Amino acid sequence: MGLFSKKNKEALNTPLFKENPVTVQVLGICSALAVTSKLEPAIVMGLSVTIIVAMANVIISLIRNTIPMRIRIIVQLVVVAALVTLVSEVLKAFAYDVSVQLSVYIGLIITNCILMGRLEAFAMQNKPWPSFLDGIGNGLGYAMILVIVAFFREFFGSGALLGIQIIPQSFYDAGYINNGLMLMTPAAFILIACIVWFQRAKDKSLQEK
Amino acid sequence: MKFLRNYLNKVKPNFEEGGKLHAFRSLFDGFETFLFVPDETSKSGVNIHDAIDSKRIMSLVVIALMPALLVGMYNIGLQNAIANGAAATTPFDSFDFSYFVYGLLVMLPKIAVSYIVGLGIEFTVAQWKNEEIHEGFLVSGIIIPMIVPVGCPLWILALATAFAVIFAKEVFGGTGMNIVNVALIARAFIFFAYPSVISGDSVWVATESIFGLGANAVDGYTCATALQHVANDIAPMGAAGAELGVCDMLFGFMPGSIGETSVVAIAIGAAILLLTGVASWKTMLSVFVGGIAMLFVFADKLPEAMPLWHHLLLGGFCFGAVFMATDPVTSARTECGKYIYGFGIGAMTILIRVLNPGYPEGMMLAILLMNVTAPFIDYCVVQSNVKARAKRLTKKN
Repeated sequence: MGLFSKKNKEALNTPLFKENPVTVQVLGICSALAVTSKLEPAIVMGLSVTIIVAMANVIISLIRNTIPMRIRIIVQLVVVAALVTLVSEVLKAFAYDVSVQLSVYIGLIITNCILMGRLEAFAMQNKPWPSFLDGIGNGLGYAMILVIVAFFREFFGSGALLGIQIIPQSFYDAGYINNGLMLMTPAAFILIACIVWFQRAKDKSLQEK
Repeated sequence: MKFLRNYLNKVKPNFEEGGKLHAFRSLFDGFETFLFVPDETSKSGVNIHDAIDSKRIMSLVVIALMPALLVGMYNIGLQNAIANGAAATTPFDSFDFSYFVYGLLVMLPKIAVSYIVGLGIEFTVAQWKNEEIHEGFLVSGIIIPMIVPVGCPLWILALATAFAVIFAKEVFGGTGMNIVNVALIARAFIFFAYPSVISGDSVWVATESIFGLGANAVDGYTCATALQHVANDIAPMGAAGAELGVCDMLFGFMPGSIGETSVVAIAIGAAILLLTGVASWKTMLSVFVGGIAMLFVFADKLPEAMPLWHHLLLGGFCFGAVFMATDPVTSARTECGKYIYGFGIGAMTILIRVLNPGYPEGMMLAILLMNVTAPFIDYCVVQSNVKARAKRLTKKN
């Protein structure tokens, strides 16, 4: 079995679109609402989750045969908690401003349904390499939605991207006003709903009968 | 009328399948059925027909809105004149027809934008889904410009209308399927997205002259609404800083959202709605009962800047009670539920006005909240009815 056999590619690709954790499985919505008012924290959050899912998947996959079934949730939680703490410390050391903006949400990655979902559904039954790809795929699928939502929210809410002013001052002088709704969490709900709408309109197989 | 019918019959083939204007089929259908009663009859089953259909109901509501709209237009001109010191603060001494023309010129673009954007989306969706055009926007389109302040820019109005029609109506399935009031969603959108154009003290009075009518107000002219004054614990004042009397509040000669100020005009509209049986008197009455009950509860807590009962005259209380709470689509449908629904709106409005200093006006949020609760109210009423009947049945046996 090659490193990128058809099955492995699938593990990486399907979570990006067809089985997207946010828009199709509707997991991780809480943080998708909380950290997407600006682009920078959304990118950091997406990357953090990607790294944690991938690492946790690999670790659990490696020890999957030795975990007693009864206490598997506890073992999974310990692994995830350790990784989250690591990422949190790294962020505090090297990107302090962003970690302040993300505040509790980095810690709350532990409760992100995507993590437990992937560990239970994939890593417990598969070898480390496919598990790693599955983790990367799911993390990136999550990050992608976060970045799209954050792009629209920061652009229309603050007229900026990554903190750099995009909409010129002349627009504001002519009467343009930033959309305050975009900075509130309901806007993230509406934007995610729009993405879901768009995705299902494109891909008929996702539509419920 | 004959001429119109003949003309429509003449151009009709162009819009049918294969005609060169087929792309505008829904547009033609919409206008034809707006002007004439459609000649189609049901082909199967037994149906009860009534002379009144949703298009006639909508037209009646639009007619009922006219007095409030006309007074609102006059008031725009009057407030502009008062702000510039051109009119006396006692409005009956200074009647001038040019005020009305000025207000008309201010309002026409707003109404046009609201209808063009809203109907444009409705027609597009109808054409795209191959459905008949719905008439639901007829009322929303006139209400939306009436519930915003005069200083609201047209592009924001257009954006809010588009947002409301798409997200509050079309995604739920179009006319009659929306769970919240479309016009209020447009207002709520402006309220949360662009708070600076719908609150504060610089948007309630028109400050620019149009075609030589009206006058430019001094730079930095400000005037808050009556309820904002009350929230700041001062007596409500008009555009020139004179205290508002009960007469001003009744006839609507004060700054505020365009259609909401005149209680008398709204009362005429209410009479039309009630006499024709379009709106439910139960909802209307219970909104006022709810408001009054809550005023008694908070009698000690309310600011003493004005008598308590003025709350019922100010802001959107009357307009909301008459035109928005009674919306047959979003209000409770059971007869008993209407009392609970209306009471909730009135009570919640006063609750928001008193307890939340950030929102001097509570009508919009109260109606939206009760819109969402209406299905639950109906469910409870129906279930309690079922239980009562079951009990009666077992007792008999």
